[in-house]
Amino acid sequence: MDAARTMGPIGRFLDSDIWYSFKRSPLTVGSAVVALSMITAAVLAPLIAPHNPFDLATLNLMDAFNPPAWVEGGNPDFLLGTDDQGRDVLSTIMHGARISLFVGFCSVIFALVLGVTMGLVAGFVGGTTDAVLMRIADIKLTFPAILVALLVDGLVRAALPRELHDRIAIWVVIFAIGISNWVQYARTVRGSTLVEKNKEYVMAARVIGLSSTRIMVSHVLPNVMGPVLVIATLNLGFAILAEATLSFLGVGVPPTQPSLGTLIRIGNDFLFSGEWWITVFPGITLALMVLSVNLLGDWLRDALNPRLR
Amino acid sequence: MFAFIVSRLFQALPVMFTVSLISFAMFAYVGDPVAIMLGQDYTEAQRAALIQDLGLDQPFFVQFFAFLGNAIQGEFGLSYRLARPVSDLILERAPATLELSFTAAFLALAVGVPMGVYTGLYRESWLSRFFLTISLIGVSLPTFLIGILLILFFAVILGILPSFGRGDTVMLGWWSTGFLTTSGLKALILPSITLGLFQMTLIMRLVRAEMLEVLRTDYIKFARARGLSNRAVHFGHALKNTLVPVITITGLQLGAIIAFAIVTETVFQWPGMGLLFIQAVSNADIPIMAAYLMMIALLFVIINLVVDLLYYLVDPRLRGSLSGSAR
Amino acid sequence: MRAVLLAATAAVGVFIAAGAADARTVRWSASGDPNTMDPHSQNLGTVTKVLSQIYEPLIMRDAALALEPGLATAWRQVEPNRWRFELRRGIKFHDGADFNADDVVFSITRALAPTSNYGIFVDTVGQAVKVDDFTVDIVTKVPDPILPSKIASLYMMDKEWSERNNVTAPQNTRAREETFTVRNTNGTGPFRLSVREPDVRTVMVRNDAWWGWADTAKNTSNVTEIIYRPITSDATRVAALLSGEVDFVLDPPLQDLERLKRAPNISVLEGPEIRTIFFAFDMHRDELLYSSVKGKNPFKDLRVRQALYHAIDIEAIRTRVMRGQAIVTGTFFPSQVNGYAKEEDVRLPFNADRARALLAEAGYPQGFEVTLDCPNNRYINDEAICQAVAAMWTRIGVRTNLNAMPLANFFPKIQREDTSLYLLGWGVPTLDALYSFQSLLATRDGAQGNGIWNYGRYSNARMDELVTAMKNELDPARRNAAIREALKMYREDVPHIPMHHQMIPWAVRSNITMPHQPNNQPQFRFVRVN
Repeated sequence: MDAARTMGPIGRFLDSDIWYSFKRSPLTVGSAVVALSMITAAVLAPLIAPHNPFDLATLNLMDAFNPPAWVEGGNPDFLLGTDDQGRDVLSTIMHGARISLFVGFCSVIFALVLGVTMGLVAGFVGGTTDAVLMRIADIKLTFPAILVALLVDGLVRAALPRELHDRIAIWVVIFAIGISNWVQYARTVRGSTLVEKNKEYVMAARVIGLSSTRIMVSHVLPNVMGPVLVIATLNLGFAILAEATLSFLGVGVPPTQPSLGTLIRIGNDFLFSGEWWITVFPGITLALMVLSVNLLGDWLRDALNPRLR
Repeated sequence: MFAFIVSRLFQALPVMFTVSLISFAMFAYVGDPVAIMLGQDYTEAQRAALIQDLGLDQPFFVQFFAFLGNAIQGEFGLSYRLARPVSDLILERAPATLELSFTAAFLALAVGVPMGVYTGLYRESWLSRFFLTISLIGVSLPTFLIGILLILFFAVILGILPSFGRGDTVMLGWWSTGFLTTSGLKALILPSITLGLFQMTLIMRLVRAEMLEVLRTDYIKFARARGLSNRAVHFGHALKNTLVPVITITGLQLGAIIAFAIVTETVFQWPGMGLLFIQAVSNADIPIMAAYLMMIALLFVIINLVVDLLYYLVDPRLRGSLSGSAR
Repeated sequence: MRAVLLAATAAVGVFIAAGAADARTVRWSASGDPNTMDPHSQNLGTVTKVLSQIYEPLIMRDAALALEPGLATAWRQVEPNRWRFELRRGIKFHDGADFNADDVVFSITRALAPTSNYGIFVDTVGQAVKVDDFTVDIVTKVPDPILPSKIASLYMMDKEWSERNNVTAPQNTRAREETFTVRNTNGTGPFRLSVREPDVRTVMVRNDAWWGWADTAKNTSNVTEIIYRPITSDATRVAALLSGEVDFVLDPPLQDLERLKRAPNISVLEGPEIRTIFFAFDMHRDELLYSSVKGKNPFKDLRVRQALYHAIDIEAIRTRVMRGQAIVTGTFFPSQVNGYAKEEDVRLPFNADRARALLAEAGYPQGFEVTLDCPNNRYINDEAICQAVAAMWTRIGVRTNLNAMPLANFFPKIQREDTSLYLLGWGVPTLDALYSFQSLLATRDGAQGNGIWNYGRYSNARMDELVTAMKNELDPARRNAAIREALKMYREDVPHIPMHHQMIPWAVRSNITMPHQPNNQPQFRFVRVN
């Protein structure tokens, strides 16, 4: 470790066991490539997408239902074909992936921050605070995410006028998915905190008068980040799927900002009628995205858990 | 023991109250049932009379407490859409959802546990990798798409399994069961696979992880040292030790299965509570939505309580304290 | 448990045996289930499509929707305010009771009750009077020339049965208990209800005692059993038809028609529905609710309405969105409706340049912004139509924000008049123009039926005069002249932008023959299973 510390962060990383185990697993490298290229395409969608599917003035209904370019009747302008409104499927996928990933990342970050905070506080403060927080976590854990999301969505809709709701719908979905996933972080962090709390260095930090917050953030937190990262990666896939399911049930993001889930739901109507590309390509994209994230999460868990090596 | 149950029940009360408040609050948004109930032709007077009939002109909290008072007595009124008592409707639909959910849970266990054991024992074999990858693909597709694809393949292309409904059912008292007819059993296959797939993956991975943990314990090493056969070690010792958390998690997941049945039931036109709920949402059928959400919440509270009690019985250390985390 | 199993096996055995006999069963599906079996409670197609197999009106409609004798053999207007009906003799209800004049008086009175949803069909009726056991007079408040076509939507119930079961009034939603008629029927029709499981299945069996079977040339049905099972999901419903689990789908999704036509054992019956899709404007407010234009209402300017009309490429919508399953129109009811005039059925042509010019002329050279309210689960491809039209309007500069929502949200919103621009579909069950003009274009003045669906508050004194003439004019020629003038006004004043009449393809297994009916109500008395 001491040797590594002199090499700078990148050198240290390249020398680490993690990088070694990463290089050795072609499946993991493949997943990383897929995930990274999808994220890049999604982030840059407004710049690199061949069409802007949300600019009504450029849509032409006569372009509707074009098959993919390589199929007979396809139009080279629309590589993956067009949907029922004449939108370019490739462009809607890039924009849709952008929204799916945005919801995924934001809800994971939200759950992570909330969960880690709760876990740290519960573990460090202990006593009644711990009991109450963990009791809430217990109750929360048994409620499936989808139901929590339906309830949260319902409450927000009830409280806000419809026009406003459409504008903030995406944040509602993020909140709904995030609020149903924080428990895992809290439990993990609490467990680690309980262990760390009684170690000598924390005791020492207390003795020299460092504040609890300071100790928690600078001493305890780094030690629990490994498992938290694993949970976060696995949850990202789950969050993307949860958003798709909510959109399928009609309580997700509004159709004016279609996510991959919304695209699949719309495309479902055309699955039997021969216009398979409207649903198949967003479906493949979603599956690949979640799959690569899950594979990465799996690998990360094994890599960070020395006992499983 | 008694004090433990009472304290848990008291902790459940605010949960139930919150759920009832939220489920009632959502009604404001789902739309106006009056428009749907009146149809195409009506007069303003009829409309006003109906609004008054339904109590929709009352202040929010008056409506809420009226609703809560009735709900405690199990009285949720008449469905706006079907004009029948909500409690009857839910009782009628419950068997369909419960049979589907239990079949899915059973399927998840029956397939997930052996696959988990195998992948735990033979970590490097190609079959293990295959299982793991396949199961990952299973959880990487949204449930509704899996359902549609199963219908497309098994019902439309192969024509061997029904695409919707429960098939023929037999009444056992008030309970309608699809377990006793061939068509009922065939109708169960696709929906229960769709519903159980996610849990199956979860269980497989859990069993695998637990097996890996257990296999490296001293207890197993000792068993091997005693010269026990692999078979005896794996199944007599290792698997037995993994089953407790697996069963607990499955129990807890039962709630999730019942809730996720909403999606499966929509795709397969399965006449259960989830379909009733989704149809209620699209018709703004407030009494049904309220009753469903509160019933599901109650179910979770009960499942939670049962799991807590099991832990309490299993783990003597908990008997000293009532408040700490049960898990 | 063993006993239960044995009993269950026996029950299954019986079921299979019954299935193997010479039963001619039609398994039928559509997306929505009837929400009641009460014949006077819900005036909805999903309800009447089932009830019309079980109950009968005094006057029926044949396969071409022409009036024909039903439970009444003859009817005439004996005085301006009095119609006389001669009842058919020897008719029995499904429970064996006799049908007579008391039942007619009872049924019409029941339809007049406050909880009835069928008021529009008896809006002019003062009372029904029994003349003798088989003669009934309907006394109207004003002369009503089209009473027979309204009475053709009103089902007859048995007075004694209703009294016995405490259902003398249509179901009341306030009641804490389920009304008997919600799940039980007692009609006179060709089929009777045998199983009713809401949202799951509804089984009807042949009523061999039905009077109409005597006319074998007309009522050719050999169906012994109808099993109706609703399937909400479009994809699943089509899958069930393709896999042979159902025989008849009333509402196959348009995009799947080609696939269904190619399937070897399925045929698609095509035909128009009496329902027209159109856009309507807020023409009442001085400033639109959802628009960038402040201080004035652009839709009050005829040129703006014409501009939006000219902007619509109706052919693209017909071929792409509707897949050819639409009849493009320049007016707001189809030719089957009394009063239709071909000369007035002319659209403003698609011409984006003309549209932009008209906008500039009206003072909006840069266009403006507006919100379009649209249902997404009510009419065929409603949301897709709105999406396409929003793009077309945006292209001429009228930037259109689409607000698509389920009917549970849509109808309350437009009924609050909380809208600037909306899509609506309108059916005409009476097959007479009055129904459309009165509901959609008359000024709302509180009178029964006037302007109740006129949420843009179109108001034109001459139009109101013409509607009054349609209501009261007994001379058919003068009445038709009034309709004709109103139609011309509709075309020139552009209170709506008409789009198309919906087509309603039905998909059936090829061994079944049945006539397609424009009211979307299959009549199983005409259906044959070969």
